[in-house]
Amino acid sequence: MTTAVRHSDSEVSFGFWLYLMSDAILFGLIFATFVVMSTNLAGGPGGTDLFSMTNLSMQTALLLTSSLTVALAHHAAMEERIGPALVWLALTFALGAGFLVLEVRELSGFVASGAGPNRSGYLSAFFTLLSTHGLHVSAGLIWIGTMMMQLLLKGPNSRVLSRLSRLTLFWHFLDIVWIGIFSVVYLPELF
Amino acid sequence: MTEDISPLLGRLGPDALPLYSWVAMGGAMVTVAGGLGFLAIVTWLGKWRELWSGWITSVDHKRIGIMYIVLALIMLIRGFVDAIMMRLQQALAMDGGGYLPPEHFEQIFSSHGTIMIFFMAMPFVTGLMNFAVPLQIGARDVAFPVMNSISFWLTAAGAGLVLVSLVIGKFSTAGWTGYPPYSGVQFTPGVGVDYWIWAVLVSGVGSTLTGINFVVTILRKRTTGMTLMHMPMFTWTALCSSILIVFAFPALTVVTAMLALDRTVGTHFFTNDGGGNVMNFMNLFWIWGHPEVYILILPAFGIFSEVVATFSSKRLFGYPSLVYATMVIAVLSFTVWLHHFFTMGAGANVNAIFGIATMVIAVPTGVKVFDWLFTMYRGRIRFEPPMLFTLGFMCLFVVGGMSGVLLAIPPINYATHNTTFLVAHFHNMIIPGALFGYVAGYMYWFPKAFGFRLDRNWGARAFWFWFTGFILAFMPLYVIGLMGMPRRMESYANPDWQPWLIIAFLGACLILLGIVSLGIQLWVSVRDRVRLAAEADDPWDGRTLEWSTSSPPPAWNYTELPIVSVRDSFHEAKLTGKPIPTAPLTASIHVPRNTAVGPVIGFAGFCVGFGVIWFIWWLAAVGLALVATTLIARSFADDTESEAFPGRGTGIS
Repeated sequence: MTTAVRHSDSEVSFGFWLYLMSDAILFGLIFATFVVMSTNLAGGPGGTDLFSMTNLSMQTALLLTSSLTVALAHHAAMEERIGPALVWLALTFALGAGFLVLEVRELSGFVASGAGPNRSGYLSAFFTLLSTHGLHVSAGLIWIGTMMMQLLLKGPNSRVLSRLSRLTLFWHFLDIVWIGIFSVVYLPELF
Repeated sequence: MTEDISPLLGRLGPDALPLYSWVAMGGAMVTVAGGLGFLAIVTWLGKWRELWSGWITSVDHKRIGIMYIVLALIMLIRGFVDAIMMRLQQALAMDGGGYLPPEHFEQIFSSHGTIMIFFMAMPFVTGLMNFAVPLQIGARDVAFPVMNSISFWLTAAGAGLVLVSLVIGKFSTAGWTGYPPYSGVQFTPGVGVDYWIWAVLVSGVGSTLTGINFVVTILRKRTTGMTLMHMPMFTWTALCSSILIVFAFPALTVVTAMLALDRTVGTHFFTNDGGGNVMNFMNLFWIWGHPEVYILILPAFGIFSEVVATFSSKRLFGYPSLVYATMVIAVLSFTVWLHHFFTMGAGANVNAIFGIATMVIAVPTGVKVFDWLFTMYRGRIRFEPPMLFTLGFMCLFVVGGMSGVLLAIPPINYATHNTTFLVAHFHNMIIPGALFGYVAGYMYWFPKAFGFRLDRNWGARAFWFWFTGFILAFMPLYVIGLMGMPRRMESYANPDWQPWLIIAFLGACLILLGIVSLGIQLWVSVRDRVRLAAEADDPWDGRTLEWSTSSPPPAWNYTELPIVSVRDSFHEAKLTGKPIPTAPLTASIHVPRNTAVGPVIGFAGFCVGFGVIWFIWWLAAVGLALVATTLIARSFADDTESEAFPGRGTGIS
């Protein structure tokens, strides 16, 4: 029985890795589009005019820290310490939500100043890349909430733990994508 | 935009009804009557419960496979009606003749291509993979049965959007490739292109999930001893095809989503102004589009390999070379996308590289053709219908391959691009290459699915109508393509083209008879099912594992899982007289319970698509919320499997 569970667990995690690869290609293509369109300003503002170093640093700090907290949550749950696991998950949720608030504030500020996604090809690609990542983070937040419920109601059984390990993978993946955004989208404009 | 958008119905209004042409009205009425007729028949027979619990909510890979194939056959008829309408229009359309207004003609060629690729070929190949692969590798089901059901219902939702566009609103006029800037909102306002985008997007998500499911199934769920090099050829091609799906479909998702953003939000990805980059669409679209050709055709190659070995009563010649050729084709398929737009301004060197890469693909494909020929050499060939389709494929596909090598030469491509020569070429690849394979697979595995064979005579008739019909319908297009006729012409003024177009129309009529023959074959076979049930477990003297279980197989496929030590293990067992060893049952068999998750998510996907197309934002939001709540609710369900008892209850009745 245990071997059967472990076997099916390995199938699920292999399937999830495939999904992540597929998603990585999706992001890769949006990155490529962004790079292709990075000079298509159509007379509109560019990144240098828009981006704020403070905001970027705060966003990055929040998201990178949340990768640590989600790992700690997974670690605690593996040792069947539900209380700490829930606290770390709640902290991850808060950090991710904070990241999203900063992102929405930044983007809506751009829209308000006339630099929305329909201003230029560059901004279309910028907004699409950022919102695709943001939507993934939002889905991750829903997932974190669900996992907290499941830990509370079901306890750290093998299915819940296996889901938690995939949530961790997903969250680290979003971190990696953010590092890509940080390096490709923001860094060249701010330095 | 100056349209009125109401909060309740978006831009949907009475003018969405197809009152602009009697042909469109007729099509809408046939679609509605077909839907209502289906509902009436199910109600009249009192089969709702059986339909719901036996099929709609089923997560059995065999039943999902059969539903995919039913969907594909329905859409084949719909797509073919478009095709014969176009052939009739062009046969008549000299000097502005014909019966279709230009805008309607454009909708028809757009929906024909979209349906045939996304909603005929994709479901057909996915259905065959679903049915045969777990049986071939000795598995009880696919790795993710519920996700499999979700994939199917998302595909059905996409097909539903295309069908609905016939009744409510219009379909795209931008061709199945939807090139901007024409497909942008500036030149094509209205809902047509949006229908195309969302049908493709929703079903594309389903296909991606299918790809993931089958890679995991094939790599992780093989029975003991089923090493990679013991796998049947069809499973190998299904593996390559699934890998291609996982890697290629994100490009389709990205490109259609960006076009949707351009049209709905007003971004500038593919617009002429505002810093858009139209060429990026072509690149992204064909980064998906070329691998897609191989996603469709590799499993057909796999079917031909199974069929040719079985009906030649011989081991498949050069199995390892077929495996390597399949893998090489899968890898190379990502390196040739630019040949779809040689004339759009890439430099000579870039064109040369992509042209050479394209020609290189002909090498592994040629290896395969020789392998099939050598398999037949000195074999005892039985001319059953699946074998006829395979032989027809070998004759015709080589012609299509040669015209492909011609098109791969950039200077020739400059002269022939966008002509009916190209149309003839890709139909020559996809009809004999992919569709003949699917039909062969359908006739080959039908007895496994239902416990009786399909009628042989009507199968042979269907083949000869398809074969001759194909030649008559498409060889003339090569000729007039070389004479310079552009594709997608609603009318023309060159009298030299008309005789060829009339021949092509006659060819389409023969193909119609081929489709009718397939229908009669099904009817006759169901009528004579008792006579045709003889030896249904192994009707063709099969070689691979799926023929060792009963027809139809139980829901759990094999009561005791077989242990394999050679390729073609079932043939080996018959030859040596020793049955295939099995692993004794140590624990009870569990099969996944039925669930409504798949149909609910499919319905929700339809709502999202329909809502965004018509700007009915609440409907789209409800659809998205439904997807999220269904998935979350499902994740709380623990009791998802039930025990199965061998001897009681069968698979497909």
